[in-house]
Amino acid sequence: MTGELKILGQKSQTRKILPFYLPFQIADIISTVEFNNTGELLATGDKGGRVVIFQREQESKNLPHRRGEYNVYSTFQSHEPEFDYLKSLEIEEKINKIRWLPQQNAAYFLLSTNDKTVKLWKVSERDKRPEGYNLKDEEGRLRDPCTITTLRVPVLRPMDLMVEATPRRVFSNAHTYHINSISVNSDYETYMSADDLRINLWNLEITNRSFNIVDIKPTNMEELTEVITAAEFHPHHCNTFVYSSSKGTIRLCDMRSSALCDKHSKLFEEPEDPSNRSFFSEIISSISDVKFNHSGRYIMTRDYLTVKVWDLNMENRPIETYQVHDYLRSKLCSLYENDCIFDKFECVWNGSDSVIMTGSYNNFFRMFDRNTKRDVTLEASRENSKPRAILKPRKVCVGGKRRKDEISVDSLDFSKKILHTAWHPSENIIAVAATNNLYIFQDKVN
Amino acid sequence: MPLFFTSNMTLCLSKGRYVMVHKVEVSCSYNFEDKMFTRGMKRKCNAEEDIDGPLTYSVERQSLLNMSLVKLQLCHMLVEPNLCRSVLIANTVRQIQEEMTQDGSWQILTAQTIAEAPVDRLLSTDILCHSSKDQDQDGEKGCDDHYVTYGEELEVHQVEEVSDLSTLTSIKLQNSQPHVWEVDSQQEKAHFQKSLEHIFETLESRNTSTVEDLFSEVDTSYYDLDTVLTGMMGNSKLSPPDVLDGVSQTAKPSSCKTELNEVDHIVEILVES
Repeated sequence: MTGELKILGQKSQTRKILPFYLPFQIADIISTVEFNNTGELLATGDKGGRVVIFQREQESKNLPHRRGEYNVYSTFQSHEPEFDYLKSLEIEEKINKIRWLPQQNAAYFLLSTNDKTVKLWKVSERDKRPEGYNLKDEEGRLRDPCTITTLRVPVLRPMDLMVEATPRRVFSNAHTYHINSISVNSDYETYMSADDLRINLWNLEITNRSFNIVDIKPTNMEELTEVITAAEFHPHHCNTFVYSSSKGTIRLCDMRSSALCDKHSKLFEEPEDPSNRSFFSEIISSISDVKFNHSGRYIMTRDYLTVKVWDLNMENRPIETYQVHDYLRSKLCSLYENDCIFDKFECVWNGSDSVIMTGSYNNFFRMFDRNTKRDVTLEASRENSKPRAILKPRKVCVGGKRRKDEISVDSLDFSKKILHTAWHPSENIIAVAATNNLYIFQDKVN
Repeated sequence: MPLFFTSNMTLCLSKGRYVMVHKVEVSCSYNFEDKMFTRGMKRKCNAEEDIDGPLTYSVERQSLLNMSLVKLQLCHMLVEPNLCRSVLIANTVRQIQEEMTQDGSWQILTAQTIAEAPVDRLLSTDILCHSSKDQDQDGEKGCDDHYVTYGEELEVHQVEEVSDLSTLTSIKLQNSQPHVWEVDSQQEKAHFQKSLEHIFETLESRNTSTVEDLFSEVDTSYYDLDTVLTGMMGNSKLSPPDVLDGVSQTAKPSSCKTELNEVDHIVEILVES
């Protein structure tokens, strides 16, 4: 089934001039992927500041095989490139994160952020329009009062379905550094935004005030050796949140203890393995993503080579460690040289917390089954996955002999990286962002 | 130009595996032929295999240090570098520096540099802090009043520090200027000519009052980077930044070539992008 959909939404007016060696539009590179709380909608943000929302097709008796298809629902320009005249620098429009708010009425709400500004968007449908106003005609022009002789009651008439995205709140001017995370609190009234050195707490209704809840900026910047890399609220306890750092630590904070949570309640850190010590130890232990599981009992963290699961009740070591691409350990120097070592891979839980997924290079992504301890490497690429095809597990050859179907470490393409993935909240549907392509895969049905 | 989404949609009913359901392509063209950043992976590891021993280690460490310093310099050129990356690189440099101090190789370096250069001060710290401080200082100004409530006094304190640091840099610059003209290689002359031109350009365009002010405006990163690059060529006559000079002297001639290539490579990439 092949269809072509035309996007009617707005396109960014300003496009970056493309370097000659990049054949695709830089602005199209997907920078974040996020399912909403029911899984009905999937939002992506890209480098060009656009948000594209996909909606899952309703189940239909006529076309049972079409179930699960996500089609474009709405697309809008969330952020525009800006210029900060005081610092004389460009503020990129790239969407760093999207977070959905739990649905409370017919409309959907989401938060999107670039480096500096968070915006609250309302996405709503309209299939009726009012007709028969007394003072205005159908085009909205004011009628001449002399012509109004009778009073009438306006009525709602059906019209073609329209999806509107409107910015409801703009939360700006609170971050000096780059925002790396936003997280909606379980009270549904507040959210936090984290940059490299500070975390702010906002009320969703109030844009001109935020509270600084973490500040790790040293009084003397010469002593700066650590930055905040990610932060998230506990899924159920609105007073608790965690943030991760570039030194590989996770701090759990309780907002009840003090207004400024500089003193953490818990510090999760694994002692360094002396046998693996190198100059890159700190860089590869830097945490790129932190996620609570659905119950809030465990935290998952992603560093450069591994995914770790921590029990909130055990601070000195993770309960599980999964190797994502350990074969890169011998390549760290080159990965440092070409800057890949600073790539920020994200990680996600499945709906039942039994499987975790994270990305790798060469358009590969990894899944780890926590119960059976089995893992699989899959590839998201146009060349290798025809529609309807089953994804073949891929294998990277580590030793000397390369078997058929295996790919050697040296031939991995480090420009094709899967940094952002999302898992449907209840079903086995995953969304994988590979550069400027979004792949949606589904576990077999029946 | 309208944007097209091609949605190829299927669902496979076989057991137990992930099937491709749907792919959305958000581009008109899709053709990865660029391998620029994927290559160059081999050289390092081959080198490791070929030779062994403490000599190799110190050469490797040296080249890592050089690479890190170049990266830091390039960060410094950006108005708003990726702070996480800068911090991680700076920590790596600190780590190497500490280790070199312990095994004595750092002493040799520092002894050869100018006497008044602050030895205890970490170069990486200097580079990192110079940029991030500027950034922060400006950033805070840009914020609304509501948000600057926390630690305003500290900010003032930092502003003072920044100016101290700037003065220090400018003195270094002035001291080292005569040396610049002693450089004999044509290429190096061109390098410095460029950086000096940049300095003069900056001088002309500003109308500040004191000499210190003038020099504090100069972006020293050009200067430092040139020194790194020329230093790699084995010329040790240049003096300005305390450490970079010495770096070139300890680096073994054999490794110089590779290092030069790799730095060239980095610079090439940057110039092209």
